[in-house]
Amino acid sequence: MTALPATFRRPRVDSTNGVWLALGVTLIVGGILVATDGGSLFGQNSTISLLQRAAGLGIVAVGQTFTILAGSLDLSVAYVISLTSLIAAETMAGSDGRILPAILAVLAVSASIGLVNGLLITKLRINAFIATLGVGLLIKGYLEQGYAGPAGQVPVSFQHLGYDRIGPVPVAFVLFIGVAAVAWVVINRSRYGHHLIATGGDLDVARLSGVRTDLVLIRTHVICSICAGIAGLYLASRLGAGAPRVGAEGGYDLESIAAVVLGGTVLAGGKGGVAGTVGGVLLLAVIDGIFNQLAVDPFFKQVIRGVVSVAAVAIYALRLRRKGAA
Amino acid sequence: MTVSPATLNQSRRSRWGTGSVLPVLAILVLLLVAIAIRQPDFYDPPALLAFLKRSAPLIILAAGQYFVIVAGDFDLSVGSLVTAEVVIAARMIDGDPSATWPVVALLLGFGLLVGLVNGLVTTLLLVPSFITTLGMYLILVGAVYTWTGGSPRGALSDEFRVLGRRGIDGVPWLGQIPYAVLILLAVAALAILAMRADFGKVLLAVGDNPRAARLAGGRVAGVRTTAFVISGGCAAVAAILLGGFGGVSFQVGAGLEFTAITAVVLGGVVLGGGRGSVVGAMLGALTLQTLLTLLNLLGVAGALASAVQGLIILTAVAIGGLRART
Repeated sequence: MTALPATFRRPRVDSTNGVWLALGVTLIVGGILVATDGGSLFGQNSTISLLQRAAGLGIVAVGQTFTILAGSLDLSVAYVISLTSLIAAETMAGSDGRILPAILAVLAVSASIGLVNGLLITKLRINAFIATLGVGLLIKGYLEQGYAGPAGQVPVSFQHLGYDRIGPVPVAFVLFIGVAAVAWVVINRSRYGHHLIATGGDLDVARLSGVRTDLVLIRTHVICSICAGIAGLYLASRLGAGAPRVGAEGGYDLESIAAVVLGGTVLAGGKGGVAGTVGGVLLLAVIDGIFNQLAVDPFFKQVIRGVVSVAAVAIYALRLRRKGAA
Repeated sequence: MTVSPATLNQSRRSRWGTGSVLPVLAILVLLLVAIAIRQPDFYDPPALLAFLKRSAPLIILAAGQYFVIVAGDFDLSVGSLVTAEVVIAARMIDGDPSATWPVVALLLGFGLLVGLVNGLVTTLLLVPSFITTLGMYLILVGAVYTWTGGSPRGALSDEFRVLGRRGIDGVPWLGQIPYAVLILLAVAALAILAMRADFGKVLLAVGDNPRAARLAGGRVAGVRTTAFVISGGCAAVAAILLGGFGGVSFQVGAGLEFTAITAVVLGGVVLGGGRGSVVGAMLGALTLQTLLTLLNLLGVAGALASAVQGLIILTAVAIGGLRART
C-alpha cells in the first residue's frame, strides 16, 4: 500500500477495486436468490466446486494479466494448456517417480513456447494477436495430428493436486492464490514489474527511458505461458490423463482475457493488476455457482458472462472519462 | 487492379511494405502456380467458379472485418453471428418454403442489428471493441444454445439453399455461374465504392489517428459504428451462403472470426487501423482459401493443415513487418 495522504480520503471505487464491490453485491444477491430457491450458495459442496472451477481459469488469467499489462495478449494459452496436460500425463505414464521430470518438462516446454511468442512479437515485429494466434494454430495442428483422444496417465499421487483440499479449500485453489501472490510481488515489488507497467503504459517512452522493452515483453510472454503450463498440470491431475482439446473447449484463451479485463486491467496495457484479476475470476466463478444452484440453463450463464464483462468495462470506462473531465 | 487510397498515399519505397496489396498478390500467384502444377484442371472455368463459390463466404467476412479493423477495432463476434444466423434460419424456416424470403430479410436485419449494438457499445460506452465483440460472442453462443436447448432444430428449405448451392445454368463456356459468386462480386463492388467515398476516407483517418480525425471534424463515432454494422451485415450474407453449402450445426461459424482477421492481416491490413485496402483484405481471404485448397491437393490432412496455416501466416506477416522497418 502507498503511504496515506495527510487528509483522509474515502476509498474510491475505481477499475481495480470495483470488481470486489461487484463480487460482494453478486454474493449477497446470489445468496438470497439461491436461499429463496431452497438451496445454499455457501454450503460446503457448492463452495468447493466453485473454488475448484476458479482455480484452472485463475492460474491462466494471472499469466494473461502480465501480457495485458504489457499491452500485449496471448491467444495461444488454450492450446498450451492442452499440450502441457498431454506432456504431463505422458511423461508420468502412471509412475510416481516420474512426476518431477514431468513437471520440469511441462515448465520447459511452456517456457519455450512463451519465448517463441515473445521473439515473434519483439524481433519479427508481428502483432501479438497474430503471433500468438499463429503459434496457437501450430500447436493445434500438432495436437490434432497426433492425438485423437485422451492420452497418458497420471499417477494417483499426482491427483492429490486436483482433488485434495485443506478444510473446504481445494489445494488447486491454494495453488492459484499462491501463483497470484507471487505475481503480485513480481509486478509491484520487482524492477521487472515496474518496467512491465512502463512498457505497457507507453512503449516508446519506456524505451527512451532506458527500459529494455524487448526483454520485458519476452519475459512477460514466458511467464504467461508458464502459467498456462501450470494450469495444464492441474487439468491433467484433475482428469487423470492428458486431453488434446481441454484448453480450446474450456475457452481459456478468451475467458482468461475477459477475467483480466473484468478485474479492471486496461486492455491497452499499463494499468491494473493481479488483485483485480483474482476478483474477476472469483466473480465469474460465483456467477457460475449461482446458476448451477438455481439449475438455470447452463448455456444461459454464458450470455450473462458476456453481458457482465461488457457492462463492467463500460462502467470503468465511463468513470474514467468522468474523472478525466472533472 | 484497383489502387486503394492507402497505396496512393504511400511513397514508392513502401510499395511492398505494410498496407500494400503486392505481397499478398505475390503469395497468391505462387500458390496458384503450385496448384497449376499439381492439378491443371483446377483452371477449367467451372472448377474455378466452384472454387470461388466456396471462397465467397470467407471473402465477404474478410471485407466486413476490414472496415472494422481499418478503423482500429476488432470484430470477434462474426463467427458466433454466422452460427446464430444459420441456427435461426433453420428454426424459423423449419422446412417451410414460403418462409424463406421473410427469414432471409430477418437474418440480414439481425446481422445489421448485432453490428449496430457492437458499434454503439464500443463508441458510446467506450468499451474496447475487443471486449465488446468478445462479450457479444459469448452472448450469441450462449443465446443460441439456450434457445435451441443444445442442438439445432428445424430445417432449411431448398429455396434457402439456392443462394449458396445453385447458380445461373447454361452459360456458354463457363457452365454455371453460382449465385454465391454474383453476391460476392456485388459485395466486393460495394466495399470498394464505400472505401472510395468520403466514408472510406474518414474511416482510414479514424483508424490512423482518431484524435486528429475528430479535431478535423470527422464523425468518428458514426463512422466506427457504421463499420460494425457493415461487418454484421457481411456476416449475415456469409451465413446465408454457408447455410446453403452445408448442414445446420453449431460448428458452422466456429473460429471464423480468427480466420477472417487472419485473412485481413494477410492482405496487408495493419491491426490498429489506418493502413491497408479492402481489395487487399479480400485477396488475403482468397489467398487463405487457395492455401487450404493446395494443402488439400497435396494430401496434407485437415489436422496438420492448421499448423501449416499458422506457419505461413506467421511468415507472411513477419516478412511484411520486417519490410516496414527497413
